[in-house]
Amino acid sequence: MTTAVQPVAKQRLADVVFKTVSTTAGVLILIALAGVAIFLVAQAVPAIIGPLPGIDGGFFAWVWPLTFGTIWSAFLAMVMAVPVAVGIALFITHFAPRRLAQGLGYVVDLLAAIPSVIYGLWGITVLAPFMQPAYTWLTQNLGWLPLFAPPASGTGRTILTASIVLAVMVLPIITALCREIFLQTPRLNEEAALALGATRWEMIQMAVLPHGRSGIIASSILGLGRALGETMAVAMVLSSSGIISFALTAQQNPSTIAANIALRFPEAHGITVNMLIGSGLVLFAITLLVNGISRWIIARTTVKGGR
Amino acid sequence: MTATTTAPARREAANPLTAGQLPLWGPWALIGVALAIGAAVSALVAGASGTDFSIVAAVLIAYVLYLVAITVVSQQIEGGRKAADRLVTGVVVGAFVLALVPLVSLVSTVIINGAARFDLQFFTWTMRNVVGEGGGVLHAIIGTLLVTLWAAIISVPVGIFTAIYLVEYGRGRLSQAITFFVDVMTGIPSIVAGLFAYALFALFAGEGVRAGIGGAVALSLLMIPTVVRSTEEMLKLVPNDLREASYALGVPKWLTIAKVVLPTALAGIVTGVTLAIARVIGETAPLLIIAGFTTNMNYNVFDGRMMTLPVFAYNQYVSPGVQEQAYFDRAWTAALVLILIVMLLNVIARIIAKVFAPKAGR
Repeated sequence: MTTAVQPVAKQRLADVVFKTVSTTAGVLILIALAGVAIFLVAQAVPAIIGPLPGIDGGFFAWVWPLTFGTIWSAFLAMVMAVPVAVGIALFITHFAPRRLAQGLGYVVDLLAAIPSVIYGLWGITVLAPFMQPAYTWLTQNLGWLPLFAPPASGTGRTILTASIVLAVMVLPIITALCREIFLQTPRLNEEAALALGATRWEMIQMAVLPHGRSGIIASSILGLGRALGETMAVAMVLSSSGIISFALTAQQNPSTIAANIALRFPEAHGITVNMLIGSGLVLFAITLLVNGISRWIIARTTVKGGR
Repeated sequence: MTATTTAPARREAANPLTAGQLPLWGPWALIGVALAIGAAVSALVAGASGTDFSIVAAVLIAYVLYLVAITVVSQQIEGGRKAADRLVTGVVVGAFVLALVPLVSLVSTVIINGAARFDLQFFTWTMRNVVGEGGGVLHAIIGTLLVTLWAAIISVPVGIFTAIYLVEYGRGRLSQAITFFVDVMTGIPSIVAGLFAYALFALFAGEGVRAGIGGAVALSLLMIPTVVRSTEEMLKLVPNDLREASYALGVPKWLTIAKVVLPTALAGIVTGVTLAIARVIGETAPLLIIAGFTTNMNYNVFDGRMMTLPVFAYNQYVSPGVQEQAYFDRAWTAALVLILIVMLLNVIARIIAKVFAPKAGR
């Protein structure tokens, strides 16, 4: 029995070229990322292994206070931003008049369009002087708490002010993602709760929040990744001295990795450049970890549609 | 005989349908009362301690008072569940107003402070040989335009072709890897992108290299994931029927993509690219690292330092010279110009999306 010969389509040259160009573009992205990793590591290695002049303890002892400052300021920003973002998302999706909802969402998204250097300028000139009397009051009356240990900052440019600016910057991201999530709540669940006589808040408790819980966590972690990497606002607002401290209102504040690089890189040379690039690598690793966790949460809790 | 107690006289509600509910004007009346009390308390405190009357304190006191009052009043009249509902409504509205406060404060500060130098000299002079007053931002505007143009030249073709690969050709390990790493790229902090561009150029030109094209490379690292994501979304939105009709007519695959799929998705792609440019035009950190500062005009992207608008604003504010206020004024006006450019790009993107979207369902 003979098998029929399968007809084969003619391979057009233009098809091959187009496919090659597209594939090359994709591969170029992989190469670029590999390049980022390789070049950063290559420049950072002299600082990581070699002896650092004037700094005892080596690279990791030098970078640890910066890492602490980065994580502490991002944590403070998250504590302030996530509840407000969830509240705003609930307001826009369930409490506001339907016709205004998209406009209100656009207004909150305006916060995301503003460049970070402008947040820095605003932080120095408006927010820091505004918060300074509050800091003085806090250190006078609650100074026994380690968070508000005296002496109070005279300019208001503390880690708390920088964290407030960070919180305002990540707020629109978390709000936009949470809005999407709350809008995806199955309408039947919402309507069923309302039909059984639930008030609006009870309906949200029963139908919206349980469904959106993993999404809220994932979007918060994405916002955390953004807060960890924010440079200019922190560099301008924070008056830092590189210490490790939990005090929120003090004159001496920790610095963050990104702000430290921005402030010292333009004048740096020699081994300092390598140290700064090494700290950038540490920051990259932290943000990769945080984003990876967020994506893992999303992947674990997404219902895979049929393909 | 047992003494009968008279039952309390039953009060008939005027309208039984609205019994047991707060009237519609109830919460608003409570807001007014709370504001009045808050203002009074704040004025009293200000008078007693000699400080200025603080609107912030008045509003905060009024807000807390309102929340307590609405909960208690609603609890008495409507019951616990409705009281909780009214409390949460108050909290959620307060959260929204809280987000508006920094936005309004920011925009008004930039507009008020930026109006000082919003004159013709600002847009036609550079900072060459300028100490103190005067000078302008022309070199920074040209720098921003050139660096962003080159960033777009690098990232837009790579981004669009990668999206074409992912949607039209990719099945399997390579496309999974590309999708994963594009996701990773969205998380790169902007300063790390700047450090990478520096490391790359330092390889060829030695330490201390500063070039506008380095800034373009760093910015394109930040733009590519946005372009890929939005183009991918737009290409996926093109209905498969269009592609299949094209194949059925004997059109080769590349021509289908070029002449059927891309034009259909073009409005969305242009919107995505414009939004990516708007996002990246305000980035300061990578440009600080690799493009550097200068006071002179530089038309050559490949050679020498290039000033850009956000770096100009940063530099003027953080290292002012002799007459501080002149530097601060220039910084604020540069910030105002930057915000105007970003808003303009956002508006253009939305207009393109609305006007040029493929008409659905004739």
